[in-house]
Amino acid sequence: MACVAWPPDRQLECTPPVRTANPTLLPLAPDMRYIEPHAHMVSRVTDDYLDLATAGCQAVCEPAFWAGFDRSSVDGFYDYFCQLTEHEPKRAARFGLAHFCWLCINPKESEDLKLADEVLAVIPQFLARPGVLGIGEIGLNKNSKNELAVLERHIDLAAAHDQMILVHTPHLEDKLKGTRLIIDALKSDRRVRPERVIIDHVEEHTVELVLQAGFWAGMTLYPESKCTPARAIDLLERYGTERIWMNSACDWGVSVPLAVPRTALEMRKRGHTVEAIDKVIYQNPLEFLSQCPKFRLG
Amino acid sequence: MTRQQVLDLYFLDARCKLIDLAAFLDRVDRAPGEADFRLAAFRQALRELERPGPQRAKQVLLAFSDPTTQPIAKATTKAACGAWPGKATGDPG
Repeated sequence: MACVAWPPDRQLECTPPVRTANPTLLPLAPDMRYIEPHAHMVSRVTDDYLDLATAGCQAVCEPAFWAGFDRSSVDGFYDYFCQLTEHEPKRAARFGLAHFCWLCINPKESEDLKLADEVLAVIPQFLARPGVLGIGEIGLNKNSKNELAVLERHIDLAAAHDQMILVHTPHLEDKLKGTRLIIDALKSDRRVRPERVIIDHVEEHTVELVLQAGFWAGMTLYPESKCTPARAIDLLERYGTERIWMNSACDWGVSVPLAVPRTALEMRKRGHTVEAIDKVIYQNPLEFLSQCPKFRLG
Repeated sequence: MTRQQVLDLYFLDARCKLIDLAAFLDRVDRAPGEADFRLAAFRQALRELERPGPQRAKQVLLAFSDPTTQPIAKATTKAACGAWPGKATGDPG
């Protein structure tokens, strides 16, 4: 009986897989590896870092995010960017995890154009910091004119500084329209290279729009909205595993920090090979993120 | 996976969710007062389940989605409610 090696390029000494009463249940190898490409760790407790590391996480990437309340001034953003680039990497390092981040003003706070311009003005001084991967998560929330204007200013900022982009797409009933508007905005700037942009939170009605336009697609694994693990695997089976990743997007709301490894387990139950799973949860984020020379593991 | 394996893995979970949907509709019916556009969108989405073809999840999502293409003038809330009000109001967006 062959051993199930994980990762596929590493030889393991292991015992034969345990047969269970359910033939669809196949055990995962003990040293699964993955990258968590979207997690809001400032909102999480330290035990979550321990859980991520225990599950095989190699690195965590943290886009700038709405705090759950509106920050009152640009100073609040300055402090937040310091937290993302100075404090949080140290917190992650205690558990052997590399920590990277993306910077922006979130679309939920983009209705105030004056504040948005002030925040956009302070971002460049952070871009050279070691863990900064690019501009994100930018995008739209309610698809308003001001949100779109701020999105276009972020795209201009990214292009002017040769930065990669991570895009948030709106929630629920606003996602389809917002995804279309975002793709139009990105496509209208000729400096933007789609292979350096990931459009996150895709679902069944938006994944084709994103992939056909040449962008990377992110599937967010949430218990109540976005994709469940089963639906995310459905999308992989239907649209393939090129230019796509999965993330937990864990934050201060209902979310599961271990959503990616749990979905990997479900992929195994559905008969996906360890190589196929490794591609989606490790190789793909590695390929996309490595376009930024600052993204290095170990 | 074979169809049998899909059923082995997901039938009980889907059965549980289906009963929850039925109980939700019963709960709505028992409650006093008027419903709103969300229930209308929900019933429209339910009809998609019976249609043949491999795109039911996509069609359900589309049933809840804002189909318009122009940005709104101003965001007056940060939250999404799960269904587009315009479908019930006839607002062309």
